[in-house]
Amino acid sequence: MADRPLSPHLTIWKWGPHMLVSILHRVTGDGMAFLALPMLLWWLGALASGPEAYADFAEAATSPLGYVVLVGISWAFFNHMSSGIRHFVLDIGAGYEIETNKRWSIATTAIGVILTAAFWAAIVLL
Amino acid sequence: MARRTSLERHGGKGTAIARVRGLGAAGEGTGAWVGQRYTAIGNLILIGFLAMSLILLPDLGYATVREWIAQPIPATVLALIMINTFWHARHGLQILTEDYVDAPGNKFAVTALLNVAFAGGAAFGLFCILRLALGGGAE
Repeated sequence: MADRPLSPHLTIWKWGPHMLVSILHRVTGDGMAFLALPMLLWWLGALASGPEAYADFAEAATSPLGYVVLVGISWAFFNHMSSGIRHFVLDIGAGYEIETNKRWSIATTAIGVILTAAFWAAIVLL
Repeated sequence: MARRTSLERHGGKGTAIARVRGLGAAGEGTGAWVGQRYTAIGNLILIGFLAMSLILLPDLGYATVREWIAQPIPATVLALIMINTFWHARHGLQILTEDYVDAPGNKFAVTALLNVAFAGGAAFGLFCILRLALGGGAE
């Protein structure tokens, strides 16, 4: 890191939901770049390689750790999607009033969790 | 006073966004910023389609998924994911790099690595999709 002085940002700011949304947007986005895209390539590579490779993938994906990773990836996607849509609203200059901003910050985080639960419920039930 | 169109406001030189596109501090930042939005919209459609497909497929076994992926629309969507989503993700990591990697040499090295990794990953994905969609490979 640079030698330049840094403002003591994280240590002195009073926490608000908008900070959580911002941090989660970055963590889920970059997390998916590291985890979800390689998983997608593994899935496609296994499909293209044949039934045995696909069975290996399926075994790993349906192991306890595999489910943790898959649920984590799906949550990362739905969280990133809902906070990304919030970004579009902010991009047009709307939603900066303190109460509105706070309300939608909480809402996007909750919507990400709800959509993840709905997705897995649909996978299991349909 | 009547509302003026953006063309009138900006003397026929295009909209406000057209005038600043490509004019960030580095001479190119705004173009990348807008590109991140375009690919985000693409991701909404493409990953939305993938998520709905995963829900609606009767099972996710080899035969079912293989038959599904060989169809024109799923194959096209997955191929577009390799381009659109990978561009979006590479750009997101690029921003992370620009925020936290300060030394110019390190920044260049990380950016180069990102470009190689994402170009390689996307090309691999495209090859797999082509093989599945156009036949060939192990049965």
